[in-house]
Amino acid sequence: MPIEMSSRRSRITDEEINELISKLQSLLPESRRRSTSRASASKLLKETCSYIRSLHREVDDLSDRLSDLMSTMDSNSPQAEIIRSILRS
Amino acid sequence: MLAFRFLRALTLVHRTTPNSSNAARSRRIQRAAFASMAYSAGPRRAWSRALLCRFHFHRARRRCAGRSRTAGVPRRPSTTGSPADGLRRLVPGGTEMDYCSLLEETADYIRCLSKQVKLMQSIVDSVGPGGR
Repeated sequence: MPIEMSSRRSRITDEEINELISKLQSLLPESRRRSTSRASASKLLKETCSYIRSLHREVDDLSDRLSDLMSTMDSNSPQAEIIRSILRS
Repeated sequence: MLAFRFLRALTLVHRTTPNSSNAARSRRIQRAAFASMAYSAGPRRAWSRALLCRFHFHRARRRCAGRSRTAGVPRRPSTTGSPADGLRRLVPGGTEMDYCSLLEETADYIRCLSKQVKLMQSIVDSVGPGGR
């Protein structure tokens, strides 16, 4: 039993916890799901942590790329005009 | 709508950082990403409330003290403790949640994070070299 369960424990069943953990598993990408198909809850939570860290890294990388693109983008470019017209409507 | 908020934030960053370094602009874009996510999710979720609090707190602090480099952005956690502890440090507001809520909030956080990543990827794809 996880030590962090609160005093709500008497109302929350093991089944509900397992359901929530399955839901997390279903959110993992295919490759990570395969490696945790018969894993313990603990292994699944570790994999979920790893997945969140990789998503954070993607936001980092994509921010860098957007920043690079912005520095080369001209305010009069067609892309800038498209974005302006979307925001105006 | 997430796309609208994020695009609007991006144009603001573009307008206000003509002479910034790419690194400084990148940090602002990263903040805009998490801010858009949090505003779009609104106050219905504990993780988004935690992010919104963090942004307002840091904005108020900035007026008195100097710049905070990573204001609002989830910090890189250490790797000690149980897996649930790890999750608590990664999900905004996670340290305040009971185990059940932590699992629910994590699922929602992951869904919103992946949407944000997909949005940023599609902007890069369409605006980048070779995009129409």
